[in-house]
Amino acid sequence: MFDKGVKKVSSRDGFGEGLVLAGKDNENVVVLSADLEESTRIDKFIKKFPKRFFEVGVAEQNLVTVASGLAAVGKIPFATSYAVFSPGRNWEQIRTTICYNNVPVKIIGSHTGISVGADGATHQALEDIALMRVLPNMVVISPCDSIEAKKATQALAKINKPCYLRLSRNETPIITTDKTPFKIGKAEVFREGTSATIIATGEMVYYSLLAAKQLEENNISVRVINVHTIKPLDTECVLKAAEETRAIVTVEDHQTVGGLGSAIAEVVSQRYPVPIKMIGINDTFGESGTPEQLMEKYGLTVENIIKAVTTVIRMK
Amino acid sequence: MDETERLNKTANLIRQDIIKMLVSAGSGHTAGPLGLSDIFAALYFRILNHNPNNPEWSERDRLVLSCGHYCPVLYATLAHAKYFPLSELSRLRKIGSRLQGHPHRESLSGLETTSGPLGSGLSESCGMALAAKMDHKDWRVICILSDGEQDEGNTWEGVMLAAKYKLDNLLALIDVNKIQIDGFTKNIMPVESLKDKYHSFGWEVLEIDGHDFNQIIEAFRKAKEIKNKPTVILAHTIPGKGVHFMENKYEWHGKAPTKKEGEKALNELK
Repeated sequence: MFDKGVKKVSSRDGFGEGLVLAGKDNENVVVLSADLEESTRIDKFIKKFPKRFFEVGVAEQNLVTVASGLAAVGKIPFATSYAVFSPGRNWEQIRTTICYNNVPVKIIGSHTGISVGADGATHQALEDIALMRVLPNMVVISPCDSIEAKKATQALAKINKPCYLRLSRNETPIITTDKTPFKIGKAEVFREGTSATIIATGEMVYYSLLAAKQLEENNISVRVINVHTIKPLDTECVLKAAEETRAIVTVEDHQTVGGLGSAIAEVVSQRYPVPIKMIGINDTFGESGTPEQLMEKYGLTVENIIKAVTTVIRMK
Repeated sequence: MDETERLNKTANLIRQDIIKMLVSAGSGHTAGPLGLSDIFAALYFRILNHNPNNPEWSERDRLVLSCGHYCPVLYATLAHAKYFPLSELSRLRKIGSRLQGHPHRESLSGLETTSGPLGSGLSESCGMALAAKMDHKDWRVICILSDGEQDEGNTWEGVMLAAKYKLDNLLALIDVNKIQIDGFTKNIMPVESLKDKYHSFGWEVLEIDGHDFNQIIEAFRKAKEIKNKPTVILAHTIPGKGVHFMENKYEWHGKAPTKKEGEKALNELK
């Protein structure tokens, strides 16, 4: 996976595959779209189960409230769109009719992070984790690659709770296999280490692993944790890292305010305070560009992760 | 006692309980619930297929209260229908109560949704109606909306979807009482003609006097026979109905009577 030729697939593709499997597994799985069928990769499901698909039009408030009604009478609806629209535009409907109402709607937000690229800031969801994480009853999942996205999709269909699944548009390296464990609420240590811990989510797990490898070449041993479940957070795994490595760097393609960085700081600061550095988007909107250019410009780079790790170790 | 007389009596008792519970709560919405008391009496004591002894009965009709702030009339009606003891009505809006200030589904058996923020209920009802069609079920969805709620864009998203999917197992009832919290609907945001709007969106439109039991019952009967499209009943009501000093006054949309006002209202209703 450290080769330049590493296979790249988008997490939305993994979702599309997982959705068909979830549909085969349970006939109550239904899918809704707000006019983004192809680009959220639900087309295979629609082809296979046309009667279990509902097109609600360009209407994201409708998307989640119709889903709420379906869920209230036994269906398992996957409400799909881009994250800036859902859960961006329809947050209150999700709050009241899904979370407070406590029905098992699955909100699928694609096109997250600055890595969306050319579409520009309007279409780059940088706040979705914060929006969903703050809601009681909501489970928040941010897979690190397409294989994990596939597993997450199947797992979401099996839990009777409101869920948010964060997906990305661009193709990202595959870093897990079908055998890599995936359990909602259980973070995975992808690399052991003792001097510091990098806690990452989504595509940034890959860059964190690259950073850890380079640091090891300089005799700095760094742990890397993949937090695919932002909520409920695996506090045991996080606190163990705090205690054993005493320095933490968080990495995400999302605002650090309210995102993974905040989630980790909330736990660590109250239960086992150690220095933390956060890498993510810092209170700004994105812009158009290629994903690579944007990640470079906004600091989501291996180089920056390495710098943060060395800084946080000095802060111990 | 004939049916109309019986329903009239029940509606009057519901109105008395609405006043009592609002006085006890010290806050809440008065005009809308009093205006819909006749329709709720007709629904729960004549029209709906439901079972208070088994609120989760899978074949029941689903009543979705989209305008959640009308909950005093829903709570009072559910209590009269024996979903829970009448004595519990005095717990409205109190700490630890099942009767939340706006309905919370998980708190109380008999509630189909959690509501309060306006504009979501019709789309939720569409979701239920779609599921019923998928599963070839005969139960129907009745969605209660306010006319002020027609301001919400989400409402019209649901209106379009119901027509698209030909949801003839969905019936919307709009309480056309012409008031909302800040004033008369015609001044806040003109929504008329609702008849023309719904008709042009592909719905069957029925209009009734929302205080005439024969018209209420007949409209629900007729709606059942309409196929391949959803039906809306525009129910013209008098906000605050039954209490003279509250009738047609938008000031009574969102406030509760004081103890003294409550006594005056109850004297008029008895």
